[in-house]
Amino acid sequence: MASGFPSTVAALAAGLERGDFSSVELTEHYLARIRALNPELNCYITVCEDGARAQARAADERRAMGEAGVLTGIPYANKDIFCTAGVRTSCGSRMLDNFVPPYTATAVERLHEAGMVMLGKANMDEFAMGSSNETSFYGPARNPWRPDCVPGGSSGGSAAAVAARLAPAATGTDTGGSIRQPASFCGVSGLKPTYGRVSRWGMIAFASSLDQGGPMALTAEDLALLLGAMSGFDSRDSTSVDCVPEDFSRLLGAPLAGLKLGLPKEFLDGRLAPELGATLEEARRVYESLGAECREISLPNSGLAIPAYYIVASAECSSNLSRYDGVRFGHRCDQPADLLDLYTRSRAEGFGAEVKRRILVGTYALSAGYYEAYYGKAQKLRRLIQRDFQAAFGEVDAILGPTSPSVAFGLGQKTDDPVSMYLADIYTTAVNLAGLPGLSIPAGFVDGLPVGMQLIGNYFDEARLLGIAHRFQQATDWHRRVPALADKV
Amino acid sequence: MQWEAVIGLEIHVQLATSSKMFSGAATAYGAAPNTQACDIDLGLPGVLPVINRRAVEMAVLLGLAIGAQIAPVSIFARKNYFYPDLPKGYQISQYEAPIVRHGTLEIAGADGEPKTIRILRAHLEEDAGKSVHDAFPGNSAIDLNRAGTPLLEVVTEPDMASAAEAVAYMRGLHTLVRYLGICDGNMQEGSFRCDANVSVRRAGDPKLGTRAEIKNLNSFRYVERAIEFEIERQIDVIESGGKVVQETRLYDSVKDETRSMRGKEDAHDYRYFPDPDLLPLTVTQADIDAARERLPELPAAKKSRFLSQYGLNEQDALALVQEREVAAYFEQVESIAPGDPKQIANWITGEVFGALNRAGLAFAQLPVPSAGLAALLGRIRDKTISGSMAKQVFEEMWETGDTPDAIIERRGFKQLTDDGAIAALVDEVIAASPEQVEQYRSGKDKVFGYFVGQVMKKSKGQANPQQLNEILKAKLGR
Repeated sequence: MASGFPSTVAALAAGLERGDFSSVELTEHYLARIRALNPELNCYITVCEDGARAQARAADERRAMGEAGVLTGIPYANKDIFCTAGVRTSCGSRMLDNFVPPYTATAVERLHEAGMVMLGKANMDEFAMGSSNETSFYGPARNPWRPDCVPGGSSGGSAAAVAARLAPAATGTDTGGSIRQPASFCGVSGLKPTYGRVSRWGMIAFASSLDQGGPMALTAEDLALLLGAMSGFDSRDSTSVDCVPEDFSRLLGAPLAGLKLGLPKEFLDGRLAPELGATLEEARRVYESLGAECREISLPNSGLAIPAYYIVASAECSSNLSRYDGVRFGHRCDQPADLLDLYTRSRAEGFGAEVKRRILVGTYALSAGYYEAYYGKAQKLRRLIQRDFQAAFGEVDAILGPTSPSVAFGLGQKTDDPVSMYLADIYTTAVNLAGLPGLSIPAGFVDGLPVGMQLIGNYFDEARLLGIAHRFQQATDWHRRVPALADKV
Repeated sequence: MQWEAVIGLEIHVQLATSSKMFSGAATAYGAAPNTQACDIDLGLPGVLPVINRRAVEMAVLLGLAIGAQIAPVSIFARKNYFYPDLPKGYQISQYEAPIVRHGTLEIAGADGEPKTIRILRAHLEEDAGKSVHDAFPGNSAIDLNRAGTPLLEVVTEPDMASAAEAVAYMRGLHTLVRYLGICDGNMQEGSFRCDANVSVRRAGDPKLGTRAEIKNLNSFRYVERAIEFEIERQIDVIESGGKVVQETRLYDSVKDETRSMRGKEDAHDYRYFPDPDLLPLTVTQADIDAARERLPELPAAKKSRFLSQYGLNEQDALALVQEREVAAYFEQVESIAPGDPKQIANWITGEVFGALNRAGLAFAQLPVPSAGLAALLGRIRDKTISGSMAKQVFEEMWETGDTPDAIIERRGFKQLTDDGAIAALVDEVIAASPEQVEQYRSGKDKVFGYFVGQVMKKSKGQANPQQLNEILKAKLGR
């Protein structure tokens, strides 16, 4: 880039360490880019100029005192689903347009303890429900590769910000593909960790048993650094897993010789656009050239993932979103006539159409007489899907497949067809249902738009997964491509 | 027509933890509104519940005390409904898989014979907040201090056949939870409250009648009155050709009646499902063993021991074991002043309970220590003072906190126990009262009291009453 600042977290960290620039300079650089490009891309719902400068100054002081860590002074974009004390946290919804949390999410607290600088709160689908960022109350973020296309969702603002170099890194959350799919659409790298790896405390819930926070950046190497900082046991989250802290970068250099990669045949059928199939075929050849052994595997129940996912996620969201009732915080309708009016109008006005649709579906699925047929059955499917993956990991070390059946689609193209929108999650939801780690990295381009590929690992196998992704990025340069729009500034 | 009532109770036992079921906020009663509600209790976005292990231990203790099964794995579910004092829009409660199942509690049945009440389950849950409708004209206010307070809901089988049995069960459970130290038992503050399921059927009919649920009964008296009213009401409905409908009713203590709150058709669909924010709750054998170690001697066992060890009668033993502190006090006094447990029991159930009642104090606030009572009773036994003097000394101990000996000394209480001295006084009185002597000897027993009174007066109340009686009888002859 013309500015002379490098792009990746690792390179920026090295520059800060060498004293090539200060965090304040780096932060001003990104704030200037945001001022220039955010009006068009709408990546940020809230830009925190003053807060970022203060954090940057503190980071520089810390470095001067010799107390800097590798991430100290590195700016990032924080998905507006993570609560930040004193900074409005909207979750992309009118419901929380006025909500300023008194606490900070654990994952964010950890990034800030590491010295990272929050540039602002990134745009997202309302309550993380959406695959295009179009359900945001603040309007969609746009895809930096083609601003008339969606950035994907729900972490669309995060992905677009990283792709457009409006932040070197971002937080995301992934309930059914919300980190991996926008990473794929925007040509960046994104990791959904093992369920329980990153604390959900302070991360506004969509579907509690599926939600998982994770990092988004340009490279797998950067993801490893960020995951190290944001993960770890948290006693405030009962589903947080108490495992020994680890260095997620330790396997980045590991050779791939003898590695067994499985390609699920169910992911490579007619639903995948042929050009995307070709990209994946090329990725397979890259891995084989690096010494990996690729073989076809089967995940026989993966076709059931979408229905199971939409039942479980909607059921949980119908309950999780009950707290938005206009009584204690959030949107409240004007002049409620009585309690029922307060509830119905506050919720009717505060929630968008997609959120309402899912609350309705979830309420129905949990209703007396339907519970077993829907929620009960979906939980059974979930166990079958988990079993499929465990069988696969008996044969292979990791799974390689597409992230999404298509590249980024046009804005407004699918907004009237929710089912076709849901089908965009066909390769990602099974991973959430099973609680496994999965990541998406750039693997090519189709029609000028990035194509991502997905790597799925066994529980807590993030370090190896990142190593496998890193070796691919050493052999390819898809992740180094910069959207023309980002280069303008 | 002979009718029989079928009653089951659901009792909400507020657990005496210092923090809430799923948050670290304090549970103390009576704080200013909304000062004991943290982010979690308010149901703010992104907050998460964490199970209070102390509440789990308390549930295990109760389970062991009623001989129940403790589930190695139990599940917290969400009970979904909208209400302004329910911050999350759902209550976290155990539904299909409670922590405690299948226990029993023995009560005294109608005929005085022991009767076993089966306890179907006890499950952990969080309380809701409070809606306040009279603080601001035209508006309702919400106080969330109580939101998230841990409750153990104890549900019986429909094993009780009368209001009296229901009250006996409720008292039994009330005693038990206080013994276990898991509930303060304060019913005015709502720490122990009851829902009663009541139905009636023709005597001998194996089929249960349609039941009504009476909500939120917070005193033994209300439980008794509400159930009695409801039994009568249902019998009247059926006898006048009507049908009892399944509904929820409220007891109005002012009018002493129950009235309909909502019918079955208005029942909520709570859409229960396992709370995905909480892992299944596990209780290990080690947890159970640790709880068993802490299990105190339970009321029933203590009563049996008091009967055999101290030779007390049923009534005294029962009165002493109602509260653990009372039983402990009794045993402390007995260990300091052994030899006459009956006397100690009489004093505790008589003087001590009476004085506490008059002062409106709980037993824990008793100002007379066990050593003080023991010393006082010792002075009765060694005849330093009479029983009636002791009552005065007791009152002064209560007021001043002084030892009995100091009070006896100060007041000059000294019992006259010398037979010769008493006899001399008796002789004086007899000599001065020839008329009364004549009356007595001609069969007027009542006059005896006159002589006792006169001698006591002469001795300034200090003559030993027993000795006085004996000497007087001997001297008057008949």
